[in-house]
Amino acid sequence: MEEITTEQAQKPSQKVIPRWGRMIAWVGLLGLLVVVAMVLLRNQQGPVAVGQKPPSFTLTTFDGKQIGPAEMAGKVILVNFWASWCKPCEQEAPDLESAWEYYQPRGDVLFIGIAWTDTESASLAYIERFKITYPNGPDLGTTISQAYRTTGVPETYIIDKQGKLAYVKLSPFTSLAEIKTAIDPLLGP
Amino acid sequence: MRKSIFVIAFSLGFILLLAGVASAQQSQPTPSDDQVNAIAKQLYCPVCENTPLDVCPTTACARWRDLIRQQLAAGKTEQEIKDYFVKQYGARVLGTPPPEGINLLVYLGPLVAVVIGIYVLYRVYRSWNKTVPESNAPPSSSGLTPEQDAAQDEYIHRLEDEVRKG
Repeated sequence: MEEITTEQAQKPSQKVIPRWGRMIAWVGLLGLLVVVAMVLLRNQQGPVAVGQKPPSFTLTTFDGKQIGPAEMAGKVILVNFWASWCKPCEQEAPDLESAWEYYQPRGDVLFIGIAWTDTESASLAYIERFKITYPNGPDLGTTISQAYRTTGVPETYIIDKQGKLAYVKLSPFTSLAEIKTAIDPLLGP
Repeated sequence: MRKSIFVIAFSLGFILLLAGVASAQQSQPTPSDDQVNAIAKQLYCPVCENTPLDVCPTTACARWRDLIRQQLAAGKTEQEIKDYFVKQYGARVLGTPPPEGINLLVYLGPLVAVVIGIYVLYRVYRSWNKTVPESNAPPSSSGLTPEQDAAQDEYIHRLEDEVRKG
C-alpha cells in the first residue's frame, strides 16, 4: 500500500543574505582577527634582541638639544632608561657617570639617558643629585621605550659601531667594571 | 609737617598694595585633593597598569598627582592637563583611548555588534513566523488549509477504494 502523507513539503521562503553582505561580514571578521593577532604577537615579543638592529630614535634633551641617528652613527651608544623614582636606578647612576667620564674623551662612545614616565622637575633634580653630565631627555609619549619594548627601569642597551644591538642589561649595573666589560669589546683595537 | 604727611601716605599706599597682593594670592587657593583626583582618576600611569592615578600608591603616581596640582594652580583646564599628559607620556595614560586610528574599533565595535545583533534577531523572528504556511487562504472548518484538505480527501478516497476491493 502506497504510503500517503498529509504533510506538505513546506519549504520556508527564507531570504538569503546577499553575497556582498556575507563578504563584508567575513572581511570584517578576518580584519578583527588579524588586529587581535598582531596585538598579541606584539605583546608576546620580548625586548629587542642582541644582534638585531635596534629602533632608531631622536631624543630631545632637557636642555633642548637633539640627538638622532646622525649623532649616533659610527659610535658605540649606551642607551639607559631610568626614572627618578626608581631606587635601582640610583644604584647604577654614579657608575654610569664614572663610565661616561672615562669614555667621553675618546669621542667614539656616546651615553644617552632617557627618563621614563618621570616628571621633568624630578628628572632634573635626579640629574643634579648624581651630577650626570651625559645627554639626558624625557621619553616623550613613551615612544622610545615602546619601540625598544622595555619592561621597566633601569634597562640599558649598548649598540655597536655598526648599529647592531650588542648588549642588553635589564637590571642595574653593579659596578664600573661591569660597564667597562660590556663596552670595551666593542671599541676594537 | 608736609614730609611726615608724605611718609604716612606712602606707608598707607604700600600697606594697601601688600593687602591687594595677599588677597590676589588668596583668590587662587591651592587645588584640593578632590580637584586633583577628579582628573587623576581619568589617568593611568604605565608603571602600575590598570590602577587609576587617584588610588595608585607608588612614588611615580604621587609625582604625577603633584604635577596635576601644579598645573591646576597655574590655571590650566582639565583638558589642557590631559593633553599635556598625553604629549608627555602617550595616549595610553588615558582611561578612555582617543577615538582615532585603531582606537576607533573600541567605539565602533560595540555599535556594529548591536546592529548585527538586531539584524540577527529580526531574521530569527521572521523565520519563526515563516513556520506558519505562507498561504493567505483562510483555514477550513476542520482547521486544515486547502492543501491539507486536498491531501486528506485523496487519502480518504484511496482508503475507500481499498475497502471496496478488499
